[in-house]
Parts: sequence; C-alpha cells; structure tokens
Amino acid sequence: MSLEKKIRKFLQGPRKGEAFELKNGLVSQYKHERKDAIQRVIQAMTLGKDVSSLFPDVLKNIATYDLEQKKLVYLYLMNYATTHPELCILAVNTFVQDTEDPNPLIRALAIRTMGCIRVQKMIDYMEIPLSRTLQDENPYVRKTAAICVAKLFNLNPQMCIEFGFLDSLKKLISDPNPSVISNVLNALYEINDMYISSNLNKELKLDILVLDYTLIKNLLVCLNECTEWGRLTILKCLNDYDSENSEQANHIVERIIPQLQHINPAIVLSSIKTILKHLVYLQKASQTSILKKLSSPLVSLISNPIPEAQYVGLKNIRIILEKYPNILSKELRVFFVKYSDPLYLKLEKLDIMIRLCNENNFNLLLNELKEYSMEFEPTLISKSIKSIGSIAIKLPTSIIKCVNLIIELIDLKGDELIIDESVGVLTMILRKYPGKNDLITLILPIIANNFSHLSIANPSYSSVIWLLGEYPNYFTNISNLLNEIFEDFNDFGSQLKLNWLNTIVKVNLNSLVKQDFSKLLQETLTEITENEDDVDLRDRAYIYWRLLSSAEQELPKQILLAKLPPIDSSIETYNPVILNDLMSELSTLSSVYGKPSYTFISNQPSSFFKSMDIDELKAQAKQDIIENVKNENLLDFDDDFEENGNASEGASTNSNNLLDELNDLFSNSGSSPASNTSTMKSNTDDILSLFNTLNVTSAPMAQPSQQQSQSSSNNDNKVNNDLLDLF
Amino acid sequence: MASQIHFLDIKGKSLLSRDYRGDIDTSAIEKFPLLLLELENTSNSTGSATDDSNYRPFIHHQGVNYVFINHNNLYICALTLKNENIMSIIIFLSKLVEVLTQYFKHLEEESIRDNFVIIYELLDEMMDFGLAQTTDTKILKEYITQDYYKLIRNTPSRVVQPPNAVTNSVSWRKEGIFYKKNEAFLDVIESINMLINANGQVLNSEILGEVKIKSHLSGMPDLRLGLNDKGIFNTNEETGGSTNAKGIEMEDIKFHQCVRLSKFENERIITFIPPDGEFTLMSYRLSSTQFLMKPLIAVNCKTKVHKHSRIEILCSVKASIKKKSTANNVEIVIPIPDDADTPKFVPEYGTVKWIPEKSCIIWKLKTFPGGKSYHMKAELGLPAVDNDDNYILKKPIKVNFSIPYFTTSGIQVRYLRINEPKLQYQSYPWVRYITQSGEDYTIRTK
Repeated sequence: MSLEKKIRKFLQGPRKGEAFELKNGLVSQYKHERKDAIQRVIQAMTLGKDVSSLFPDVLKNIATYDLEQKKLVYLYLMNYATTHPELCILAVNTFVQDTEDPNPLIRALAIRTMGCIRVQKMIDYMEIPLSRTLQDENPYVRKTAAICVAKLFNLNPQMCIEFGFLDSLKKLISDPNPSVISNVLNALYEINDMYISSNLNKELKLDILVLDYTLIKNLLVCLNECTEWGRLTILKCLNDYDSENSEQANHIVERIIPQLQHINPAIVLSSIKTILKHLVYLQKASQTSILKKLSSPLVSLISNPIPEAQYVGLKNIRIILEKYPNILSKELRVFFVKYSDPLYLKLEKLDIMIRLCNENNFNLLLNELKEYSMEFEPTLISKSIKSIGSIAIKLPTSIIKCVNLIIELIDLKGDELIIDESVGVLTMILRKYPGKNDLITLILPIIANNFSHLSIANPSYSSVIWLLGEYPNYFTNISNLLNEIFEDFNDFGSQLKLNWLNTIVKVNLNSLVKQDFSKLLQETLTEITENEDDVDLRDRAYIYWRLLSSAEQELPKQILLAKLPPIDSSIETYNPVILNDLMSELSTLSSVYGKPSYTFISNQPSSFFKSMDIDELKAQAKQDIIENVKNENLLDFDDDFEENGNASEGASTNSNNLLDELNDLFSNSGSSPASNTSTMKSNTDDILSLFNTLNVTSAPMAQPSQQQSQSSSNNDNKVNNDLLDLF
Repeated sequence: MASQIHFLDIKGKSLLSRDYRGDIDTSAIEKFPLLLLELENTSNSTGSATDDSNYRPFIHHQGVNYVFINHNNLYICALTLKNENIMSIIIFLSKLVEVLTQYFKHLEEESIRDNFVIIYELLDEMMDFGLAQTTDTKILKEYITQDYYKLIRNTPSRVVQPPNAVTNSVSWRKEGIFYKKNEAFLDVIESINMLINANGQVLNSEILGEVKIKSHLSGMPDLRLGLNDKGIFNTNEETGGSTNAKGIEMEDIKFHQCVRLSKFENERIITFIPPDGEFTLMSYRLSSTQFLMKPLIAVNCKTKVHKHSRIEILCSVKASIKKKSTANNVEIVIPIPDDADTPKFVPEYGTVKWIPEKSCIIWKLKTFPGGKSYHMKAELGLPAVDNDDNYILKKPIKVNFSIPYFTTSGIQVRYLRINEPKLQYQSYPWVRYITQSGEDYTIRTK
C-alpha cells in the first residue's frame, strides 16, 4: 500500500466510523464500554468536534450511580442542551431525583447543572428542587443553590421574582455559614447587574442589595472567616457602602487593615481600594498614619512572582500615586528594572520611577537610567532617555546633570535611536527653560554636531527645524543647515513643511541674524502657495506673505516671534474627573486600560446602540471628546515641535478649560438630535485645532497664556453654539 | 468574575474551554490568535521585530475583555463583558495553574489533552457561574481525583462527599487526621535578591523570607509561633533586655490564610490551625531602605574582548560571610557572546562548564567557606568573520548559592507551641535555617 493511500485511509477511515462506533458504545450492554464511549464523546467535544447528534444516546446514560459518569453526562448536557431542547425534559426526572440524593455532592451537582442548562422548558421544573436545596442542611448545597438563583434570574427574571426566589435569597444573607453568605452576595450582585441592564419594568423597583450598617457589621465579622474569594466579595460590598460618619468609617478601616497581610494580592489591592474609599471620612491625623501603613502592601504587589499580577499592581500604583503623590516616596529602589522582567513591566516601572523622583533620589535614578539606555530593547532605550528629560523638566536642580548624562550617552553609543531621542529631549528641556544662555550654549552645539545623523523619518528632525527658528544666532553654520534642510523640502510631510515655513519666516524676521535668507523665504513661499495641496498650509503661507509685505515693521515681529510659554511637565497626568473615576474603580479592568468603565463597558453588548437614550449618547459623545482632547494632548507631547509648538500650546495648557466649556456646551444642547452628535463632535475637533492655531499666530506678543486660553475657548464656544443652531 | 475560561496553545488555538455563563458568543475566543498577533505586530511598526512593547496581559475587543496569563507556552485566558476585578481574575488563573500543576506535576499541552475529564471537574468545582469557589488543592483532592476507584474504596460509607472543609471557616484542614508520631518541621528560608553594579556597589537588595511548615500533626492542633521580630515582640522584656538577640523589623508580612489576621493585628501573636502537610506559613520582605547589605558573594569579573580572535575572562569571587558558615553549590553564570567557541578554563577551585545553547559559562564551587576567595581564568575563541560588532555584553552575571544554618536578617524562631485540645499529645517541632540566592542575584557587567 502506498504511503498516500495509507494516509488517506488513516484520515478517512475512522471519521466515517467514529460516530457509529461511539453510538454503539453508548448503547452497549456493558457498563465500562458505555463509560468509555462517554469519555470519548467528551474528548471529541473538547477538540471542537460537533457531537450533538449523539444527544439521545448520551442521555440514556444519565441514570447511573457512578459519580464520574454522571458528571460527564451532565457536562455533555450543559454543552449541547440548546441543540435538543425538547429532549432535555427526559433528563428532568433524574435531576429532580438527584436533588433528593442523600449525598450532598450529588444534590449540589444536580442543582448546579440544572441552572446551567439554558433551555426555557427546563425552568418550569426548577421550582421545587431549587426551593428545596436553598434550605438544604448542608452549606455546600446551599451555596450552590444560591448561585443557581442568579442563573435562574439570567434565564427568566419574571419567574425568579414571582416564585419568591429572590426573597429567599435575600433571607439567606443571614446564614450562619460564611461561604454561603459570600455566595449569596455574589448572586445578588449578579442579579443586580442583570436587572440594571435588562428591559424589565423599572417601575417595579427591586431593592436587590441594600447595604445598611447592620449588614456591614455582620460582613466585617465574616471577613476573617471566609475563603479568599469570599473575602473579595465582602470587600466589594464594604467598598460600595458609604459610611455615614467617621466612626463607622474608622471601624471599617480598622477591620480591613489586617487583610493587608493576606497572601493573595487581589485581597491586598481590594483592601487598599476600600481603605482609600473610607479614608476621606477620617481625620487628617489618622489619615496620614493609615496612608503610611499602605506603602508596604502596595510594594508587595510588585514582588509577586506572576508578572501579569505585577503589571496590574503597577498600573494601580500609578493611579494611586497621582492621588497621593507621597505615599511611596521612599521606595524608589523597589521599582528598579530587573533584567529578567518582561518588557511591558520594565516600561511601566520606568513610568512609576519618574513619578517618585525627587531632589533626594534623582542621582540614583539617573545612574539607573544610564544603564537602561545602554540596553538593547529600543522601546526601553527611548523611554529611558525620555525619562531623563522628564526628570530635568520636573526638577530644575537636576538639569545640568541630566544634560551631561545625555551628552555622555551620545558619546558612548551614539546610534540613530539615541541621537533621535536625545535631540527630542534636549529640545523639550529648552522649552521648559527658554532663554537660559548657559543651557542654550551647552545644548545647541551638540544638536548641530549630530544633526547629520538624523533623517526626515526621525521625529526629532522637526525639533531641530524649530530650534533653528527659535535660536538662529546660536548656530554658527546656520546657512549650511538651512540650505541642507531645504534640499529635501519636497519630501517633507505637511507638518514638517509648516514647521519649515515658520522657521524660515522667523529666521528672516530675527534681527540678530546677520545673514540674509530672503531667497530661501521667497522660494518657500512660492513653492507652498503654488504647488501645495494642503489648504491650511497654503493659507498660512498667504497670511505670512501678506503680513510680511504690510507696511508695518513691528507687527509681523510681534506676532511671529512671540515666545511660547514654557512647558510645565512632560509626565502624563489624568484629568481630575477621570482620576476620581479611576480611584473608585481601582483594581478593575478600567485601572489597566486607564479609562473609566463607562467608556468601554456597555450594559447591553448585543443591542448597544438601539437601547441608548439621548442622555447616554450625550455622555458618550462627551466622553469621546474628552478622550480626543486627551489623545491630542498625548500626541502633542511628541509632535509639538513639528507644529512649531503653535498648535500644541493651546491644547496642552488649556485642556481642562476646554473640557469645562464642552461640558457647559452639552448641557445647552440637550435637545439636539442624537444622530448629529457625532458629526458635531468631529466639527468641534476641527474647529478646536483651527482656532488654537489661528489664535496663537494672531495673538499679540507676550500675552499671558491664561488670556489666550480664555479667548480661544470663548471662540470655540461661540462657534459650537452656531453649529448647534444649525442642527 | 469570568464568563469563559480557555486553555490555549502558544499560537492561541483553543485546547480546552469552559463556558460558565453563555453571555459571550463562542466565536469570541476564535479571534484570540488574531488579536494576539495584532498585539505583537503593532509594536513591530515602531521598530525592531523582537520588540514586544505593546504586549499586555489583556485585550479589549468588541466589548469583550480578554484577560490572560502565560505559563509554559500556554495561555490561560478568561473572558468577561463586565468591568471585573482584573487582579482577582489574574490570581484565579494563576491558582488554576497551581492546582493543575499539583494534580499533573506539569501543566502543558499534553497533560491538558490527557486529563480533560478531571480538568472539567476541577473547573466546575473551582468556579460556578463565573464566581470563584474553592482553589485549595489539598481540599479539592479530597473529593476530586483521577483515581475514583481508590477514593470510593477508601471512603468508609463508599460515598464520596464534599469535605466539610469546603464551606467551613477552617477551609484548609479536614477532620480526623491521625499520625503516630506528631512532628512539625519548620524551615526559615531567606532568598536574597541583589543588584550589584560592575564596581561591586550594591544598588538594590532585598530579602524575601519564607517560613515553611511541614506538619505531621493529628487532630485540629492550634499552633503558636514566636519570632524575635521587633514588630511582634516589642513588649517582650526578655528580648528587649538581652544584647545578643538582634531585633528585626520585618516589612510587608504576608500570612497563609490559616493565620488569624486580626489576632496578629491586635496582639501581635501568630496563631493558626495548620493545613496538613507542607505549606508556606508566612512570607516577609526586608528591603534595602532598612539596611543596605554588602554582597554575600562578591564577584569581580573582567572581560577583555580581542575582536575577531578571542575573549578573555578573569573572574574572582569572594564569600563575605562569617568564617564559620559555608556556602554550598555556588554557581556563577557568566554570559559570553553567542558565537564564542573553543573554551579553555583555568579555575583555581571548582569546575567550569560551557553551555553554548544558553551562551554562558557556569563556574561551580561545591563548598565555599566564608572569608575565602578564588580566581578563575577563561578564554574563548571568537570567529574571525562577523557581521555584528556589538560585543558589549549587557547580560548580567547571575550567582546561585545556598548557605545553611544562617539567616541574613537574623530572624530566629523562639518557640513553636503545639496544642491539640482534645488529643493532648506530645509533639516535636524542628527548625532549620537557610539563606539562598533569589531569582535576581545579579551583577551587572560593564
């Protein structure tokens, strides 16, 4: 037999016979053969094969005393019940019988499986077994039944309420067994979530889970007796409870503090979250002493051996640090990057370290950053160098050390990546401390010397163009540089072109520049006005041209040579509203996404858009704008050199104001049709950016940034209102 | 907590799944391999191909949240629609790995395929309707096992029942345990992590301590442990007065769930009913902010690279521990370039091995008395032709060692009282101390 035939036989042979063979096995007269066949059916199911056709035959094996076989048949039922709903009724009898079995394991198994069979007909038969098992003498059965109530609510909420299961569940909350209590709470939470997202008649108000202080006191006692998962549920309850006075808050916090010593990091983090929530009710003095107690549990989150858990810990630490910046001030060393850490942990640790950096420890940190900059992972290198810049911008005393370190790095290993990042960082430092002569004379020669290593593809290329316009008299070989750059003009993107246009205009206006670059200016203006497709860019060139040809000598200088306000910080921060949301959602998914849950969780995933009313849409649109402004912000940090800093200035300094304005705006627009919201959103964005650019270019020199922001947002507001009127 | 749990291979292909709630379409997990690929690819656009900076242990896609951990070339992934507690999901998944590892010794593709029946049973017992239930292996083994026949035969009533421990407040110990000889073995193990720069300066150090207990005790014994910790014994006159008993202040103490946390918080007493067999009673951490230690094993390594011909390594190692103590099984792992060959070693003591697949040489010293120092010379050839001129070896040197009868922190067990109210037997506690290298005892190279 040839090999090909063999293979073919191997592939085809069993396939044909398999179902047949299994079927035979399932109806075999021998017990062990039947059991073996069931196992093979489950195996096929695991591999993703469809074995639903065997449903009737598997079902025949349900009545058995063999626990293992019973479990397997139940498992099969749970998976394929929906394919043969009519046949499920045949199994009901066994289920009901099993819930009366003397063995609690079987009683629990039966009620657990019944709930998992998602067939409407099954529900009719659940009433008696469920109410019986809810009052079972064995706590293992009771806790399983409690969860089954939630399953039933999921399938048929009306029935669950009418038959009074919800009420019996609520009564079970005073059960003597802690593990029953925690599962009752779990079930109630699930029901509550389902109720909120369901289409049930909301007028019929269900008080599903009412947290009062008597219950809380009970739960506090329970906390020490539960399994780790039960503790998590109780901590969730404690977190949801709003303490009425400082006495209650104090009591709760005191009871939770011992949990900080639990081995399970999820409990530690949830405890921290709950303590922080109740902390605000306490007096200042006790607040600080409790905050001190939180620092070593926080650190313990990152000494966990599981990198994924460390990552979640770091993300949460980052949020907590923003709210309580001093909580970990002495713990910098713990965050040092380990060689064996996965990259995503290393980057996150860097992010925390620059936040912890202060006058006392920046030397230590700079030494570390030097090590990281010599590593081989490009993302780590670029983030390390950016971090050096962040330290320089955060701590004025560190600046010379930082700049020297960057120079050292370029000398040690000056490849394209390091030079690119370094130039970007040095430009940022100059933007923070403009006009400092010693700094400028230190930095600019390095940039000029290394410029030849950069190409248009490097983000810092445009930084250099901006610097040429800002400090032309500090470059000794400026004419070479400008000519060299202009040679590549046709390859520039529109951002770079805009940047170049600004620079060449500024160089020409700057009275300190002795050489004459009017030829380059003329060529640039002609090139852009005649051949450029980008409308904004062309318009800008026209405006400049008219300004320059006006009779006024001083006005163009006032407008075009206006200094940018210094940047405050290059460390990302959250908007205070979002920070508060995140603080209340610590340790949840939103903490790792870095955005509040309402931005990514929908109550009804399947019919999300159909069911949303106008309020929700408004909220969502508002959120989108917030996100957009945030995103723009983030982009600006990297790109603002490209835009010659102009556009970014408005956005980065005023984002908060803008948001407030936008909020007002939305309250006015309550009646606007839902479908328009999204178009309006994009309009707003365009207009925002447009106004920022225009506003700054046309603003008189030396106007304080505060005023600028005021006027820009007012303008936005007006335009937006106009737009709204249109709708 | 989770709607579905999946075991997937390294490519993201599903091996075994359990759907707890039926609220997420079964096709959601089929997108996982693609999403995983996307995670890796988006980072490629930024630069190098080996760069996986965009990798995160979670994905959000079309309303479904994928949370996963990586273990032995497997992904264990939980799916949820809600804004769940991600930390608890990740810990649950790691507990799942822990339990399955204890059941099958190794959790890998093959063991999942071979044991699907029992995995389904365990999944059902550990989680119901997406809510975590019991994750204690010892208890689960009481009523879920691969060998039902034996279990049924050994059970008096021939009916396997859920152990009371599942729902009891003492959920980690069954009743009616009996030993002829009642013993408790206490191990105090301290793992040292240290980051040392090329000049021998300690940058960061921490002691990760663990108190492990192997209990062979009958009945429901109540144990009380006394340590010379300042935080615990600051009221004790005896320790306060004596000069040679060094008081330690431990940070960040974590206890096994059997320890009564509130009792510890209020009275500073460690009391507990131990689980049967081995377990970790407590763990603690001492960080460098408390005391910056000198390296226990100091390594000085000079590497000289002669391009295109050879690389010379001159390494000296010194044990800065007490003369009485001895470090055992000292291993110094020195990284070398991938393409080095023909090694020549001249160790003063011990043996040196070349491990080409890991690009390193390992110098082993079986016993290393305190205060001594040894040298080793190594020379490896380098290929004459090469396309990569970057010989800066950024990989740090790693050191492994263990020092018996010694704790770096000076922690001591003062007593372990064992009291079983009903049986009142005699019992024997044994205590051992070990200091060893942690995962990260590393020395940076220039």
